Amino acid sequence: MDSKSASAERLYLPDAVQRAAKILVVGHFAVGKTTLVGTLSEIPPLRTEEGMTQAAAQVDDLRGATGKTTTTVALDFGRLTLSDELVLYLFGTPGQQRFVELWEDLARGSLGALLLVDPARLADTFPVIDLVETYGLEYAVAVNSFDPHSQHAEDELREALDLLPDTPVIFCDARDEKSSARALITLVSHLLAHTA
Amino acid sequence: MTASGEEQQFSSGFVRSYVITGGRGLPDAEDLSLVTLVTLAPESQLPPNPSPEVRKIWDLCSGGYLSVAEVAGHLGLPVGVARLLLQDLNQQGHLLRRKAPPPAQLVSREILEEVLHGLQVRFG
Repeated sequence: MDSKSASAERLYLPDAVQRAAKILVVGHFAVGKTTLVGTLSEIPPLRTEEGMTQAAAQVDDLRGATGKTTTTVALDFGRLTLSDELVLYLFGTPGQQRFVELWEDLARGSLGALLLVDPARLADTFPVIDLVETYGLEYAVAVNSFDPHSQHAEDELREALDLLPDTPVIFCDARDEKSSARALITLVSHLLAHTA
Repeated sequence: MTASGEEQQFSSGFVRSYVITGGRGLPDAEDLSLVTLVTLAPESQLPPNPSPEVRKIWDLCSGGYLSVAEVAGHLGLPVGVARLLLQDLNQQGHLLRRKAPPPAQLVSREILEEVLHGLQVRFG
């Protein structure tokens, strides 16, 4: 991709940059979040670690100290410079319930969430929807599907995921730039419709 | 469609992070959010005897604006550690910041319109 071969000169943002916006790409394990972020990002996607505290699984502390351990999770993200003064970051966000602190950090200030769904693993999406709704994020559903004939499944999918009638459902191929961009544009149009 | 290594959990190299931060706790995310944009102030002077990490973050940040998340990603540091090093630079007066976006409930129509327009121009 041309945009990536030029990445060396484009490491930095324009000097005039004023604002950064953030959109979360959420979904269950291995649904294609990292792929979609990489497809749309103008820089090679970056990975860092975010630490979080989680309740220890074992309840074996008889002294009554709070059983917490610190773990880290890998966080993949990409960047889209949208004008001389505005940049958009896409954060692939793991959907496991145990990452709630990470979600607090990521959800704060984000415009909304693109929820990636694998139609063959719908049940794995329920906890992710719970998290998205817990943090009050508006979202659109992007079905990462490589089968163009699966589109008739939209009604079933809406019913299975109990979506609101105006929640957009888009079929996309996370490997394809145009398809992924269309999903993102659909999300932002939806966010705009929900903002006074 | 499974990217290798997606969401893998891994050891954060606790000892290394502890040494880099001089044993200090990590700062709150409020000041330097993942998408706070930072760069070195013009004509900043590298402090004497910088640690290797300070030298690396200095070199990276002297080139232009990057988000806190990008600084961490490029340096291979956990976000919390990068945040602490950046906070030090800020307290020493070396850091320029662009303000972080407002909390979600305050997302403005104006920003959404700009994002939508930008995406349509780029991919349209």
